[in-house]
Amino acid sequence: MAAYIIRRVFAAVLLLLVVSAVTFAIFFLVPRLGGQTTDSLAAQYVGKGADPAAIAAIKANLGLEDPLYLQYWHFIKAIVVGAEYNFGPNPSVCNAPCFGYSFKTHVEVWPEIVQRIPVTFSLAIGAAVIWVISGVAIGVLSALKRGSIFDRLTMGVALAGVSLPMFFTGLVSLALFSFHWTIWENLEFVPFSENPGQWAWNLILPWCTLAFLYSALYARLTRAGMLETMGEDYIRTARAKGLKERKVVVKHGLRAALTPLVTIFGMDFALLLGGAVITERVFSFQGMGAYAIQGVTKSDLPIVMGVTLVAAFFIVFCNLLVDLVYAAIDPRVRLS
Amino acid sequence: MSDVSKTDTDAGPAGGESSEGAARKFLSVRDLRIHFDTDDGLVKSVDGVSFDLEAGKTLGIVGESGSGKSVTSLGIMGLHSSERARISGEIWLDGEELIGAGPERVRQLRGQKMSMIFQDPLSALHPYYSIGAQIVEAYRVHNKVDKKTAKTRAVEMLDRVGIPEPARRYNDYPHQFSGGMRQRAMIAMSLVNNPELLIADEPTTALDVTVQAQILDLIRDLQKEFRSAVVIITHDLGVVAEIADDLLVMYAGRCIERGSSEKVFYQPQHPYTWGLLGSMPRIDREQTDRLVPVKGTPPSLINVPSGCAFHPRCPYADVPKDNLTRTERPDLREITDGHFSACHMSRAEREKIWTEEIAPKL
Amino acid sequence: MNSRKTASAIAVTLALALGATACGSGGGKDKGGNGGGSAKADAGLSSIVNASTKKGGTVTYEHSSGPDSLDPGNTYYGWVQNFSRLYGRSLVTFKPAAGKEGLTVVPDLATSLGKGSPDAKTWTYELRKGVKFQDGTEITSADVKYAIERSNFAPEALSNGPTYFKSYLEGGEKYKGPYKDKSPEGLKSIETPDKYTITFKLNKPFADMDYLAAFSQTAPVPQKADKGAEYVQNIVSSGPYKFDSYSESRGATLSRNPEWDPATDPIRKALPDKIELKFNVTASTIDEHLLSDAITADIGGTGLQSKTQPKVLVKAAEKAKTDNPYAGALQYLAMNVKVKPFDNIECRKAVQYAVDKAGVVDAIGGAVKGEPASTMIPPSVAGYKKFDLYPTPGNKGDAAKAKEALTACGQPKGFKTSLTARSDRPDEVLAATQIQQSLKAIGITADIKQFPADKYFTDFAGSPKWVHDNNAGLMMMAWGADWPTGYGFLDQIVNGSAIKPSGGTNLMELNDPKINKALTDGIGTLDTAARGEKWAEVDKLVLENASAVPLFYRKNLLYRPDSATNVTVAESYLGMYDYVLMSSSK
Repeated sequence: MAAYIIRRVFAAVLLLLVVSAVTFAIFFLVPRLGGQTTDSLAAQYVGKGADPAAIAAIKANLGLEDPLYLQYWHFIKAIVVGAEYNFGPNPSVCNAPCFGYSFKTHVEVWPEIVQRIPVTFSLAIGAAVIWVISGVAIGVLSALKRGSIFDRLTMGVALAGVSLPMFFTGLVSLALFSFHWTIWENLEFVPFSENPGQWAWNLILPWCTLAFLYSALYARLTRAGMLETMGEDYIRTARAKGLKERKVVVKHGLRAALTPLVTIFGMDFALLLGGAVITERVFSFQGMGAYAIQGVTKSDLPIVMGVTLVAAFFIVFCNLLVDLVYAAIDPRVRLS
Repeated sequence: MSDVSKTDTDAGPAGGESSEGAARKFLSVRDLRIHFDTDDGLVKSVDGVSFDLEAGKTLGIVGESGSGKSVTSLGIMGLHSSERARISGEIWLDGEELIGAGPERVRQLRGQKMSMIFQDPLSALHPYYSIGAQIVEAYRVHNKVDKKTAKTRAVEMLDRVGIPEPARRYNDYPHQFSGGMRQRAMIAMSLVNNPELLIADEPTTALDVTVQAQILDLIRDLQKEFRSAVVIITHDLGVVAEIADDLLVMYAGRCIERGSSEKVFYQPQHPYTWGLLGSMPRIDREQTDRLVPVKGTPPSLINVPSGCAFHPRCPYADVPKDNLTRTERPDLREITDGHFSACHMSRAEREKIWTEEIAPKL
Repeated sequence: MNSRKTASAIAVTLALALGATACGSGGGKDKGGNGGGSAKADAGLSSIVNASTKKGGTVTYEHSSGPDSLDPGNTYYGWVQNFSRLYGRSLVTFKPAAGKEGLTVVPDLATSLGKGSPDAKTWTYELRKGVKFQDGTEITSADVKYAIERSNFAPEALSNGPTYFKSYLEGGEKYKGPYKDKSPEGLKSIETPDKYTITFKLNKPFADMDYLAAFSQTAPVPQKADKGAEYVQNIVSSGPYKFDSYSESRGATLSRNPEWDPATDPIRKALPDKIELKFNVTASTIDEHLLSDAITADIGGTGLQSKTQPKVLVKAAEKAKTDNPYAGALQYLAMNVKVKPFDNIECRKAVQYAVDKAGVVDAIGGAVKGEPASTMIPPSVAGYKKFDLYPTPGNKGDAAKAKEALTACGQPKGFKTSLTARSDRPDEVLAATQIQQSLKAIGITADIKQFPADKYFTDFAGSPKWVHDNNAGLMMMAWGADWPTGYGFLDQIVNGSAIKPSGGTNLMELNDPKINKALTDGIGTLDTAARGEKWAEVDKLVLENASAVPLFYRKNLLYRPDSATNVTVAESYLGMYDYVLMSSSK
């Protein structure tokens, strides 16, 4: 098991390196092949004036004249051991993991990401709890009462949930509950540490809209999984033992039906950790997704690089976690 | 089979359709019908089956797939969904009628008084729980004991069914067991509560030949030890020939021949039974003529053929006069003491065919 | 199919219901408002609406993205210039007053406006005594000098702001800035003979000095607290408010600065107790918040979204709460005089006559978004004088005259050229499409080419080599003044010195000695009125050259929520509300 974990961690680190190289190439190499000069790149980071002295200063400061492989090396080195920059009277130290400074505001990227992680995590975790519980519960009930009115109704709603885009449900819920009935008049993120009650209260709407989409998906997946599992031979065995139906469903049926869901959940959750872009946008929450948008719209490359890498890290990490969890819950995986 | 049990067998089986004495027998099934509503129509999986079984005895139910033998056994266990299956008739177990009893009562009996071994132990055992845990679970459903006691019991049962190093293998998962071991574990699980009735549904089908024999031996030994009544369901007459006291041959949801295994085996009365005998693997037979299946395909259970359900496949369908096989369903009639068959042919006709055409080929 | 139809039907019903109730509730609140009911539409253009002297309350601002920086020394954004006056006192500033009065410059940290030498090259300001930073230390002329040095000469750290001081101060091109040049005297052309005197020595005559001194860059910064780019996180206030919190993503909260002494500050009333600023709020949400009176103002000051405007304009009670000021900006069509056939003035005149300006205004959303223009200088900028050298009936264009000019140009059948626009500016693209149609009518085929705004000047329209290589004769352009005078508006777009290899803003490549000289003469004229006359003259010269077609003066539709008090439009800051005055009844 230990060897397995070490091997997986090693592969994960390697994967992250590849992702960083590809991201770097996309943002620094490709535009250059498209005819972008270091001058025009630097000019984007100077104000309206585009003073040649300022451009030269920016180029020197950001090391834009260095060969690309060297720039990439500096980038990776800064993440691992940190870096030093001259953005003021004294050199400022950017501690590892250093993703550099925003080209536009000169604010360090990493602390900004750290500041936003609680927002995105709050969103993702809360929504995940809601959608897993409601999605699985609805899915199980629908499967057990297949063909009933409950089943048809919930699956109909689920179909709508899967088909309606997030920005539609998000805007409608915002229009209804925030602008019309003003239940949540000034929706903003309140850190958990500041006021847990307000934190939860302000997150209800984003949680529910986000969870609606996923609940629908998970209800359908759970239902399909349950229908398949409940037809398995081992369910009949469980019944033949004289187990109560409840125990048959939960301990034997659900356990097996939910296992494949772990993988899907791992991916969905990891993607959300990288930023619930649309939800954050709709509700004006300043999470990783909103930061990514900021980076992209202002062509602030260090932000884009930072968010991409952190998001990739979450995906790789969650994948690793899923593999380990899977090994824990499915003994057949563990030993092969 | 010991001589003692054989003597018992001879004295045993009672007459056909009357419910007289049903309550006296340990297991008595009376006119059991299990129908399923499907989109295509009503599927009559079991359509009026009756039999008895005494404690300590073994009954073999034989038939092709789709003949209703498994449905019958699941019916006894109460494992059909009440929403989908329509069940009628009577099932008496040790003086208690099960079809009329509430599902909760049947559940309590399940696994305790009656238990079941399934065909494919790999799929019948839960892949995510260890063998030990699954046996412990079966034990603790019906016995209020702590986990430790239950574990001791489970290890004891694993030992009893011949699993080497049972304490260590206790923690293994089904996929770590070989096929035969899995079936042993399955048997250990179904016997953990000393059931008085054990139903084994094709217990050896998924296993290779040498293991088959071991498992059958095991069931036989355990039966002696626990004095359970055993129902073995199989499509393979050879499996039950030695182990069963009585045999019941099913075709299209009905019993077409029933009697002591000796009688059914050596003096079979129904052309379908002849066919089954012909498809039986035998060591003394040439490779080439082995496993000649009964010609034709099993009938639809929605539109069961008129008359004798077997007539479309029966080579002797035209022997009885007046097209009788196609118009009238033959009743189950007693031929000799305790030996029943449902065929329009006269006894003389059957014996002639048996001795002249069938027996020499077997 | 069916369910989709149902869904969209539900959505439409919902939208209608919401719209109806939103209007209804707005009307209801109106009666209870703080005198808001009496104000008419555009009242904020000429008066202070909901005037109040009541202290207290919280002013809440929202912005759809965020600032370039709230550091007064590192910003180019108009709204930050306006807003930063709450925590940074520049030498002089624009008077917080209604209408044209708001365009006048008044002393702030200084005791009077700049005293210029007759050659307009030396400017001296005297600081008020006893003005303190939030830490209680007295503000001296050295702090102002340091603020200007860091903001103009350290592009490696603070690259956002304009660099006018750098170009006008003597020796500015050589000075390396306070982060690299650690000598105690710093930039020699800013002299601080004593704690309260500061003198600027310029390399050429510059009579608009007070406008430069009004930039937030002259707000004092204590050297010991400066951390370069990170200063934004710990700005030391010299105004009535100080930062309680600042986050690049979430915004900022300001509360009263106890060290601010109203006795030293004749222009700020500082009514609210607290000021909240939120960044990254979705634009449509900001509009909803404005209409439901949940916030005081959209600090960006660019007005309501196009899709919100109809909702407000159809209801008289709602329309009364709007102001529709000039945004101090001009949208125009630049013709590059080095690209054939626009090197011929007659061909340029043809375009001048051909363009249907009224049609362009209609295309971008009508009168609330802009007004057909005939001059380069917008009406809200000092030096504006109304004239129209190429009048057409109803501003709809005059094909006959245009064809006449085409014939004079030797291109009677028209020609082919390119028209560039910024792809992420929908209004600009709409305007370009309208122009394309007008030109088509007289035989000129203009091929529209779109580019992203952030590269428009660096890689495309602002790069003469690209323009020549790609035969880009026509270019869409918009311009707002860095300071509201004719010079501040025109210098960067018509002066030959504004032509740069990359990132230039003189898209016409206009290098007319007459224009250049008039600009130089004007900026050397100390008399304000005479200077204004000069700018009108330059404006005329540019249009006589016919290389720029003024399309429309940009206008914004601002909204005054009921709780907003002391609301007036600041023409000096691109027509947004004055944030020094603004207070709230909440």
